[in-house]
Amino acid sequence: MSEKWNIILKVLRQKQGETSHFDEYKMDADPDEYVLDVVERVWAFKDRTVCFRHACHHSTCGACGMRVNDAEKLTCITYIREVTRDGGTLKVEPLRNFPVVSDLVVDMGSLYRRLEAVGARSVLPAPEAEIEKPPSRWSSDDEQYIRLADCIECGLCISACPAAATSSDYLGPAVLAGAQANGLKLNPELLNMVDSEDGVWRCHSAFECTAVCPSFVDPARRIMDLRTQIFKERVGGLFRKA
Amino acid sequence: MIWRLKVDTQHNRPSPSKFWNWFNPVGRQTSGWAFMLQRVTALGLTFYLFLHLIILGQLANGPQGYDSFIALVSSPVFIASELIVVAGAILHGLNGIRIILTTFGVSVTRQKQLFYALMVLALIIIVIFGIHMFTA
Repeated sequence: MSEKWNIILKVLRQKQGETSHFDEYKMDADPDEYVLDVVERVWAFKDRTVCFRHACHHSTCGACGMRVNDAEKLTCITYIREVTRDGGTLKVEPLRNFPVVSDLVVDMGSLYRRLEAVGARSVLPAPEAEIEKPPSRWSSDDEQYIRLADCIECGLCISACPAAATSSDYLGPAVLAGAQANGLKLNPELLNMVDSEDGVWRCHSAFECTAVCPSFVDPARRIMDLRTQIFKERVGGLFRKA
Repeated sequence: MIWRLKVDTQHNRPSPSKFWNWFNPVGRQTSGWAFMLQRVTALGLTFYLFLHLIILGQLANGPQGYDSFIALVSSPVFIASELIVVAGAILHGLNGIRIILTTFGVSVTRQKQLFYALMVLALIIIVIFGIHMFTA
C-alpha cells in the first residue's frame, strides 16, 4: 500500500493583464509520485482553469518545466518527496525570464527561434555525440546511426541563469550549448554570433544552468568550451593574418 | 485562501532592473552562492575604495588630522573593519581565479570542488591575517 502525504499545493495563477496570486489546494499525495501528477489532479478534479504544459511524462519533451519551491524542476521526473514533506507546502510557479501566457505556461518562442538560429540539432550522428564510453574507432555500420541530442529545450537553464534575468538579448545557456555541439570549426558563421556581448561573454559563470539541467547537457561546460574555441580562433586568426 | 501579489505577466520577462535577483539566495546552488559572493565582495571592495580615499583625506588637515587619523586606525573596531576588507579581497581574488580557470576550460566539471577548496584556503589566509593584525 502506498504512503499518503497531506500537502498544500500553491499554484501561481496569472492570466494576461491580471494581477497574479497563489491559489491553494489541499491535496493527498503519494510521496513517490511526481509533481506533475499532483498539478494534473488539481486540473482534473479541482480547477479546470489551471493552465500548464505537459506531454510525454518521461523527460523527453521538456514541456513541463516549472519552478517548484523556488528551484527549476522538470516536474514529470521530480518526486514529491524530493521537494516537500508530509504536511508541507509545494509552491509551483512558471519559469522565469519568459513571458507568461497563462498561469504556469510561458512563451518559449525566443528560445526556439535562437536554437534554430544557431542550427541546434535534435539528433546527432553517433560519432559526434558525447557518449560515456565511445569506441576508439567507429565502424562504418556505427557511423550510420544517429542519436537524440541531450537538450530537451525545457528552458530550465534560462530560468535559473542570473545573466538571462537581466538581458533579453542574451542567447542563453541552451542556445550556446547548441552552438557548441555544432562546433565553430564546422560552422564558422556562428563565431560572430557567440563571440559577442550577448553570446558567451554575457555568462557570469554562475553554473546554475548546469545545476538545474535535467538532461545532463552541462551548458556551463559547453559555454566555457566555446570560450576556449573562440580564444583559439581569434588568436590563431592573428597569426594567420601575419 | 488567496494571496494577491502586484505582479503582472510583463514582470516575468528579462530586464536590467532584475539585477536585484543576483543577490537573492533562495533556490541557489553552490555555484550560485559563489556567483553572489563575487558580486557582494566586488561591491564591498568598490565601496571601500571610496571610504579609503575619504579617510586618507583626513591627512590633508595637518598634524591634528594626522593624530586623529592614527587614533582612528589603531582602534580595534577599525582593525576589525580592515580585516573584513582583507577577507573580501581574498575571497574575491580566489573566487576570481576559479572563474578564470573555468573560463579557459580548467576544472570546469569540478568547479564546485575547486570553489570549496579555494574557500578553505581563503579561510586559512584570513585567520592568519586576523592573528597578525590583532597581535602586531
